[in-house]
Amino acid sequence: MGVGDPFGMAITHAHASGMGGVRTAGDLVARVQMSRGLKTEAAKKYVAEKLGVDVIDLVNEEVMTEVRRELDLGLVYALPGCARGLEAKRNIARTLEIPVNCLRRLGRGE
Amino acid sequence: MKKYYVRMGDGYLDQMTREEIKAELEAGTADASDKGKIPPLGEEEILQLLEIMTAEAKFVSVERGNEIILTTDGVVVTSDDEPSAGIPVCRSTGVEIWERIVCADTAELGNWDYSYKAVKAVVHSEQQVMQRILYNTVLPVFYGAMPNLGLYTQPDGPVPNPAELLPQGKISEARACQEEAMEYATRDMVYVAGLLYEAGADGINFDTTGAAGDADFLATLRAVEILKEKYPDVPIMVGMAGEVLLGMHGELYYKGVRLAGLQPHEQAAVVQSAGATIFGPAINTRTNQSFPWNLARALTYAKACVEAVDIPVHANVGMGVGGVPMSEIPAPDAVSRVSKAMAEIGRLDGL
Repeated sequence: MGVGDPFGMAITHAHASGMGGVRTAGDLVARVQMSRGLKTEAAKKYVAEKLGVDVIDLVNEEVMTEVRRELDLGLVYALPGCARGLEAKRNIARTLEIPVNCLRRLGRGE
Repeated sequence: MKKYYVRMGDGYLDQMTREEIKAELEAGTADASDKGKIPPLGEEEILQLLEIMTAEAKFVSVERGNEIILTTDGVVVTSDDEPSAGIPVCRSTGVEIWERIVCADTAELGNWDYSYKAVKAVVHSEQQVMQRILYNTVLPVFYGAMPNLGLYTQPDGPVPNPAELLPQGKISEARACQEEAMEYATRDMVYVAGLLYEAGADGINFDTTGAAGDADFLATLRAVEILKEKYPDVPIMVGMAGEVLLGMHGELYYKGVRLAGLQPHEQAAVVQSAGATIFGPAINTRTNQSFPWNLARALTYAKACVEAVDIPVHANVGMGVGGVPMSEIPAPDAVSRVSKAMAEIGRLDGL
């Protein structure tokens, strides 16, 4: 946090120490941390277990692209037929067994 | 003797020998230890930090497996009316760029007038933008703004200004004004944050908390409590404005803890007890000291926060905080070293 300053501040942090967001499993680990209050190490283990991958592969683009495609968790690029937006988040909620607020609030009944 | 490029606290690029850098690191951690009454970095950690500082690469990164979560404040790519980076795209497009170009782990929606009071008047528009973002993105999206107690005092707000009363010696009147302002601020934070959560936001960010002192902080803690009672699942992030909580009131307590003068690790414990999900310490950068001095000092404080609480800690590492030089255009050589050191030495959960 506190990286809302423009001109290259945030992107430097995102790539020096970040998990990679939707390119990998960064968004998934963040969701688990937020919804279950877990420290990052514990959140990584939780996500890895649910996805059936090694913790080290959570930041491996090759592995995570395949996993995200198989489980339809949303990809960084929008392939035809692949889930995006709420549909992807519904699959994330089911796979990780966590609440996703917007699904309840925007009428998707999760 | 070989010299290494080293930034100063204002971003100026200088050169130092390895021994000079090590001396700066030791002085920085000693300063934090002395002022915060917390343990300094150990010899092994100083040497680890020295390796990061003297790495030949301009841009450094964590070792595989040491990655942490990145949260943020505001829509970094753009804002409506372009006050930030000046790119003429709307905020919802900005978040999509953030998700798929920057590839950060989380995003945030915030108004260009980044205070809960200011948002209150346009909150329904903010809900619409939030909903549009949620329909089109996958990553978690926070809604964030500042508590900003100063906006409730005259001439911007209804309450007489304590900064004018205090020099006149009207201490009790100044305290009463802050207490009244707290009521307004808590109400606005609960109202706005509640509506954004009901619009689907994945989390709420109270950013730059404590900017107007202990009353600002207490108003936020009360808002956190109320929100958690109303919405038990809401993830709430509380990020601080500065290192030592200013005692503008001086006699405010939360669950028996006097708020004035709290250090970052003490703030973390109070934030946790209020029910927040993530804590963000803000350790100030001294522009007249070197970057190694500042980073060692910030790391010492950040590490103490991690050890003080069970909730995740995401340090503020924007311009002028967390060891990052106070410079409008950040130098990636310094920023990436902050990133790596906070993750691998501070053992933080995120930035």
